Amino acid sequence: MIPQAFDYESPATVGEAIALLQRYGSDAKILSGGHSLIPMMKLRLATPERIIDISGIKGLDYIREEDGFLKIGALAKESALEESALIARKYPLLLDAAKMIADPSVRNRATVGGNLAHGDAANDHPAVMLAYRAEIIATGPRGQRTIPIDEFFLGFFMTALEPDEILTEIRIPIPPAGSGGAYKKMERKVGDYATAATAVQLTVDGNGVCRHIGIGLTNVSAAPMRAQRSEDALRDQRLSDELIKQAAVMAGQDCDPNPDLRGSIEYKRSVVKTLTERAIKTAIERAMNA
Amino acid sequence: MFCNTPKEISGMGHGMKRKEDARFIQGKGHYVDDIKLPGMLYMDIVRSPYAYAKIKKIDASRALAIPGVLAVITGRDLEKYNLHWMPTLMSDTQMVLPTDTVMYYSQEVCAIIATERYIAADGVAAVEVEYEPMKPIVDPHKSMDPNAPILRPDKGKTDNHIWHWEVGDRNATDRVMANADIVVKEQIYIPRIHVASIETCGCVASFDPVEGKLTMYMTTQAPHAIRTVVALVAGHVGLSEEKIRVVSPDIGGGFGGKVPVYPGYVIAIAASVLIGKPVKWIEDRMENLQADSFARDYHMSCELAANKDGRIQALRIKTLADHGYTDAAANPSKFPAGMFSIVTGSYDYNTAFTEMDAVYTNKAPGGVAYRCSFRVTEAVHAIERMVDVLAMKVGKDPAQLRMENFIKKDQFPYKSALGWEYDSGDYHAALKKAMDIIGYDALRREQAEKRQRGELMGIGISSFTEIVGAGPSRHFDILGIKMFDSCEIRVHPTGKAIARLGTKSQGQGHETTYAQIIAQELGIPAEHIQIEEGDTDTAPYGLGTYASRSTPTAGAAAAIAARKLRDKARKIAAYLLEVSEEDLEWDVNKFFVKGAPEKAKTIQEIVFASYTNHPLGMEAGFEATHYYDPPNLTFPFGSYICVVDIDKETGEIKIRRFVAVDDCGNIINPMIVEGQIHGGLTQGLAPAMFEELIYDEDGNMLNGSLMDYLVPTAVESPKWETDKTITPCPHHPIGAKGVGESPTVGAPPAIANAIVDALSHLGVTHIDIPITPQKVWNILREKGMVETV
Amino acid sequence: MSTKKITVTINGETRSAEVEPRLLLVHFIRENLSLTGTHIGCDTSNCGACTVLLDGRSVKSCTVLAVQADGKNIVTIEGMAQGAQLHPLQEGFKEEHGLQCGFCTPGMIMRAADLLAHNPNPTEEEIRWGISGNLCRCTGYNNIVKAIQYAAEKIRDTGRESIPFTTHHPTETTA
Repeated sequence: MIPQAFDYESPATVGEAIALLQRYGSDAKILSGGHSLIPMMKLRLATPERIIDISGIKGLDYIREEDGFLKIGALAKESALEESALIARKYPLLLDAAKMIADPSVRNRATVGGNLAHGDAANDHPAVMLAYRAEIIATGPRGQRTIPIDEFFLGFFMTALEPDEILTEIRIPIPPAGSGGAYKKMERKVGDYATAATAVQLTVDGNGVCRHIGIGLTNVSAAPMRAQRSEDALRDQRLSDELIKQAAVMAGQDCDPNPDLRGSIEYKRSVVKTLTERAIKTAIERAMNA
Repeated sequence: MFCNTPKEISGMGHGMKRKEDARFIQGKGHYVDDIKLPGMLYMDIVRSPYAYAKIKKIDASRALAIPGVLAVITGRDLEKYNLHWMPTLMSDTQMVLPTDTVMYYSQEVCAIIATERYIAADGVAAVEVEYEPMKPIVDPHKSMDPNAPILRPDKGKTDNHIWHWEVGDRNATDRVMANADIVVKEQIYIPRIHVASIETCGCVASFDPVEGKLTMYMTTQAPHAIRTVVALVAGHVGLSEEKIRVVSPDIGGGFGGKVPVYPGYVIAIAASVLIGKPVKWIEDRMENLQADSFARDYHMSCELAANKDGRIQALRIKTLADHGYTDAAANPSKFPAGMFSIVTGSYDYNTAFTEMDAVYTNKAPGGVAYRCSFRVTEAVHAIERMVDVLAMKVGKDPAQLRMENFIKKDQFPYKSALGWEYDSGDYHAALKKAMDIIGYDALRREQAEKRQRGELMGIGISSFTEIVGAGPSRHFDILGIKMFDSCEIRVHPTGKAIARLGTKSQGQGHETTYAQIIAQELGIPAEHIQIEEGDTDTAPYGLGTYASRSTPTAGAAAAIAARKLRDKARKIAAYLLEVSEEDLEWDVNKFFVKGAPEKAKTIQEIVFASYTNHPLGMEAGFEATHYYDPPNLTFPFGSYICVVDIDKETGEIKIRRFVAVDDCGNIINPMIVEGQIHGGLTQGLAPAMFEELIYDEDGNMLNGSLMDYLVPTAVESPKWETDKTITPCPHHPIGAKGVGESPTVGAPPAIANAIVDALSHLGVTHIDIPITPQKVWNILREKGMVETV
Repeated sequence: MSTKKITVTINGETRSAEVEPRLLLVHFIRENLSLTGTHIGCDTSNCGACTVLLDGRSVKSCTVLAVQADGKNIVTIEGMAQGAQLHPLQEGFKEEHGLQCGFCTPGMIMRAADLLAHNPNPTEEEIRWGISGNLCRCTGYNNIVKAIQYAAEKIRDTGRESIPFTTHHPTETTA
């Protein structure tokens, strides 16, 4: 369990990192928290010639509200989310998810940006960001561009990032009053990837009508996915138990899980249904109490 | 509880803090990978990606071209020295390195010797092996198919059958079964699991070409036996036993996984002898899980007969044992199925029969304990599940059914239907205590209410009897060496002592508990008794630590060696006090004259005299050795009760409470006993709900790392509640029985019974462990309790 | 492939070395610096035996490159006691019998130090989740929880830092 030898760069700025990416192309890999890449390298499933370690870039680990968004620097650690008073106060979905990613020591290294840029549907933040309708800021030689989260995940471990781009920021629209969210995750044991998980973010108006709804699903499809039909069923509707159940069933039907050691297809669909129902209910409760 | 020494002496019964902890809490433990010798080389191993394949070619040229790679060792290289095979503990043979065929996924193919660990790993990646894959046998039920390939033609085999074993009265059992009011039957599978001690296995083999001496630092639970085995296997290449020193340093958990000799050890020895430098081999976790000895893997057909009231009349079990490609089980030689015949359990009936067939498959070899005494876990799981199945059938509460069938306190010593003599027990008291603590009747009422509301809650009991402390030499040996154990005590002139024993702690706390035994017998403060184990150059011969045998064997040896010294002390005291020996009485740490307690000599004074003023004609000094051959095994027991709540939508299982009442006889250190029980319970939880080594149909292991082999964390592991009864062992010098494994044995059926109980009203009688949410959900779906989407 | 010079502060001492970029932090600590109290248990960041503090936070040193620790402050189990005075966690593990074979213990203690630094008064539930990235095969965790509770109380009572060497002015030596 020793990585193959490689060369190592530790750029001090995003600009330097992009220049290195341009120079070395596909021979180089970006390293941030390292908890996806280093295990792959130790198994020699990944054998990059060169590592560009962006973890030393200063000022990219912020978590702040600005211009109508919660802005999260790509290098913000999961543990920083967990410990942020702002997140605890206003972003329960994000807090739920951060607390259930891997384990506390991994969360001290793992970054939000890395979790997303890896493009792995088994990771937790993709579903969370899909539910939040977040935006990804990618920085490359041509400057910054904004990628809506719906256009970010292209397929199995594939994202919209160009080879010379780096994910530098995540933007979550600040939820309006009456918003709530929840992440419900089932895992075989602590630290495991989800058997399935559901991220829900919603806004309920004074009449109990759902005004915004986002539902993301974890580890039940090749690329991270939204449960669109479920969202459509709930949007602009008064949220009854029956309707929630119907939406949850749709999520179970629409996901596309693989059978594996975590469960059969049927089981995972059923778990998605249950978790979706529970996540919606918790999100509503939180929205009411917000 | 027995405790009659003051705290300063800390004999039996004191919860003395552990003497070994000072180094462990400060990072000064000394484990095998911490050893660094001058000029030391590193070994890494190329492993097979196939379960069954011919090796067409091994091309090591790219590996050998890497600067720092010194050698690539293949089976052909070892064949020149006849070291490519080794015997197993069950008198089978096992490849050290293959010459032409690999027999299981992850088997050793060749070894790289390099100047650095990282270079050795590069060497592994650079070796190119050409294989011709063959269709493996993965399912043991297919192993005896007429068209199955013969896996071991080298053994002169014409099929894949290894052995048949049976015990009990077949005809009598058949008769009782045929005439019984009730016979319940279940197929019970106890899956293949792995001990997964947090430290993997490894060694530093250091051959000194000048002295011709091999020093082998290795993670072994049985250093003396290893020395003898190495001498027997490698004698022909010049390693005679006085030139072999085996050292077990601190061991990061054993649980039986560090009993066997793995090929890596032998290759490292061969490499060190050939190259003349120390060679370190430390396996990584994936090698550990994929290639080291497994545990369990028994397919059991169980039948229990009873009258209409639920009085048990007979037990019949037929087992298919999957041993992988060689029988490398770690059992006493005459017991191919270990102590499985404890399977009649804690119940009073006199008819039973059990038989077993072992077969070869293309899987890793093994058959180690996983923290139990030679297959006791399999046996206890079978009987404790079957008793619950019977209770369901006759419509009795499982606690009541147990109470009605238990062997009674006054029946001990009790001769079991399969021939064991249980030493002592009070099964009713242990179960009653567990029921009182957990509030059994109230839980049953709660369960009934919950069922009305459609909620799933279950209560499970396990009332196990263990059989440990192997063992009496008339029955127990390993490769002919009798399973005694030993202790040598030397008391220094100032009254402080060192004691060495033939066992080897892997976390059990021997440095503390053995000192307490000697402190009890001699009155020397435990704090001033240094315990050493694990170095074959200094410790007396013993068979090592496994099967909960340390206290029953070496602990007894310590007590008796100390008593020999106390006899000597009496003579010296009589001489010093100028009275006859009969006039003296012992009290904690001194001899005094009967009726004149002020006339006394402390142990320290007596020992000093043994070096400075000993009686004429007496040997000077204060030393004794004892090799203890136990007259019988010991039979710890207990009753466990588990309460579970099940999520009726997802099948998730939550252990709400778990109460364990254990009886391990007299207790040396209650703190350590309790700690052992906590740990064993989590290792019982693990196979009950989480752990299983899973193979696909091509024989690839699908979960060979800790990412997917699910060792429970502090979150899955509940807060264990423990208590005890004390029924001393009548034949052990200090009345102790051994404890480390009872909870691993007792917990799985308690958990499984609780989960099955939660579903029993749906007609469920059995679920194989590990019981996962998916398995529960499958049942709920079958019963129409959940809808698919 | 080129090597890189790194300088770290470990247990209050500054150490420099020329290392391969692929060198894992755990091997740097164990082999280059001969601090063998940090152990290796799984290689896949599941067991936590290799846990050390990196700039005051617990990390699994089998999944960190030594070059990533350049310029950083490391504390290992060897740095926890102050002279003969044990750290409250070390004391707690001994007093509450929170260890058996000792192999997971250093990692557990380092993880618990981070936990208590950020949550000085954790509930049992928080402790269990807090050490959920560290596996123990011997103790069943009951007494590890008690050991951490013991230390939490002691740290609260004495005002001692949960993490040593958070502020210091090291003197340079070369590895």
